[in-house]
Amino acid sequence: MELVNPGFGLVFWTAITFLILLFILRKFAWKPILGAVSDREEGIKDALASAEKARQEMENLTADNERILQEARAEREAMLKDARDMKNKMISDAKEEAQAQASKMIEQAQAAIESEKKAAMAELKSHVAGLSIDIAEKVVRDELSNKDKQLKLVEGMLGEATLN
Amino acid sequence: MTIYGIAAIGAGLAAIGAGMGIGKIGGSAMEAMARQPEMHGKIQSSALILAAFVEAVALFGVVVALLQAAPAA
Amino acid sequence: MFVNSFNVRTFAPNLKQGIFNPVRMRINTLKNIILSALFIAVFNVSFASDSKEGDGDEKFNPNEMIMHHVKDAHEFHIIDWNKKPISLPLPIILWTDNGLTTFMSSGFHHDDSGKEIVEKNGGKFVKFHEKIYQLNDGETVAVFNDKHELTNAVKPLDFSITRNVFMMWVSVIVLLFIFFSAARSYKKSKNNVPSGIGSFVEPLVVFVRDEIARPMIGEHKYKRYMPYLLTVFFFIWINNIFGLIPILNGANLSGNIAFTMVLALFTFIITTLSGNKNYWQHIFWMPGVPVPMKIFLMPIEIIGMFTKPISLMIRLFANITAGHIIILALMSLIFIFKSVAIAPVSVAFSLFITVIEIVVTAIQAYIFTILSALYFGMATEEAHH
Repeated sequence: MELVNPGFGLVFWTAITFLILLFILRKFAWKPILGAVSDREEGIKDALASAEKARQEMENLTADNERILQEARAEREAMLKDARDMKNKMISDAKEEAQAQASKMIEQAQAAIESEKKAAMAELKSHVAGLSIDIAEKVVRDELSNKDKQLKLVEGMLGEATLN
Repeated sequence: MTIYGIAAIGAGLAAIGAGMGIGKIGGSAMEAMARQPEMHGKIQSSALILAAFVEAVALFGVVVALLQAAPAA
Repeated sequence: MFVNSFNVRTFAPNLKQGIFNPVRMRINTLKNIILSALFIAVFNVSFASDSKEGDGDEKFNPNEMIMHHVKDAHEFHIIDWNKKPISLPLPIILWTDNGLTTFMSSGFHHDDSGKEIVEKNGGKFVKFHEKIYQLNDGETVAVFNDKHELTNAVKPLDFSITRNVFMMWVSVIVLLFIFFSAARSYKKSKNNVPSGIGSFVEPLVVFVRDEIARPMIGEHKYKRYMPYLLTVFFFIWINNIFGLIPILNGANLSGNIAFTMVLALFTFIITTLSGNKNYWQHIFWMPGVPVPMKIFLMPIEIIGMFTKPISLMIRLFANITAGHIIILALMSLIFIFKSVAIAPVSVAFSLFITVIEIVVTAIQAYIFTILSALYFGMATEEAHH
């Protein structure tokens, strides 16, 4: 019976001791220990997270580098292509221009030749006309020195005229 | 038979019941752990708690036996 | 005692592993220390028992010896030397009709049969079976009836610093020393890495947090209960261990029902105070069952509210007391058979039981703490249907 009958004194002292122990340990032991443990755990978690982040960044950086290299390569390609195009274009332009120039010159030459020809023809004509007139004058003068011949001429001319 | 003897029999009867109960818990826990070793920790702690509950019944028996036996002392 | 062996065979190796895993590096030295302590311990018990009980012609009474060890006492008996007890006197504090009365227990001259009378503060006091009685006015000698009860005395309120109170304070000093130096080792280090005793304590604190508080109470609320759970765990554990040290004459504090009652009472008070609406609803008007069932369940739940702390109280008390009784009973075999030949068997058995009891000290502290946490978790659980 006595064994299962709590003694009042021990109940009293246990309650007081336990409460004091609880408050002292809570303030001076559990708070710092649990705080330190959770701080450290937070620290480890943070460190892991930042390591993961750094790894991610590294990966990103590598990807960026790759991309930049790719872009540079593409740019070089493009520049080379542009230059080649430019060259081709210049060549063809020059060719065309030369062609145009040449044909223009030919045309001008032809035109000049034509006009020269025309001028020459006109001169020839006037020359021929003068000569003809001279000849005709000489002939006419000769013819018109005797009456008979004059008449004959007139008659001849008239006869020709009627034929026309 | 003295009152001590009777009290001892009472405690013994309580022990039989608790023994069977804890035995069953332990057996099932072992089986479950063998089946799912990855749940080892959880099964173990719940088995301990359940054993404590069963054990409490036996201890009540013991305490009652003590109460009966003690006045004669 | 039966309960202990069941516990231990089934669960102890795993639990031990669980608790001590993080400190495995230390386990070898720890083991050595424990083993040598045990060795000394067992020899001390036999020596103490020997010198006390084995010298007289009087018949050895194991029941009396065991009860003397298991119960509280007003003086700290260390050893008998040349048939004279050597003990540490402890103060006796009484609340009598004349107010507070204090004197040292040495005033009784080791008398426990009510013959020695101490006069103090106008009262006459005798000690009988570790209880202090005040004789009625005018009486000069304690009178017993045939049932061995005092007839002419009253029991004043006894606030004495008994053996158990004394050992409790020793354990408090040890606890404070351990945890203050642990906390200091955290403060000293730069990055919160403990050293020395702190690195021994930390796995245990983390064990209480991660294996007891978190799963039982829940991630959001466990922090409030951590100081209580940690204090209860270490307070019970260290007192269980102190109870096993025979040179301290087995101050059986955690096997004393007053001690376990106070702790269970604290758990009950905290559970009741932190009970939320959901908790009280589950007690008084169980949701989700038909009305007649609700009425039927209500008294059961109300009784359950009280049996939980009562079972906590009885579990710890009975486990520890049973352990003490079985060790002492095995030791008594030597004197019952009055033969040295039985001594090796007796020592071997009680060594075995003592090893088991060392595991039980941890298991019982763990169970008390985890069940307290479970009750707090039940009280603060939110409705989820």
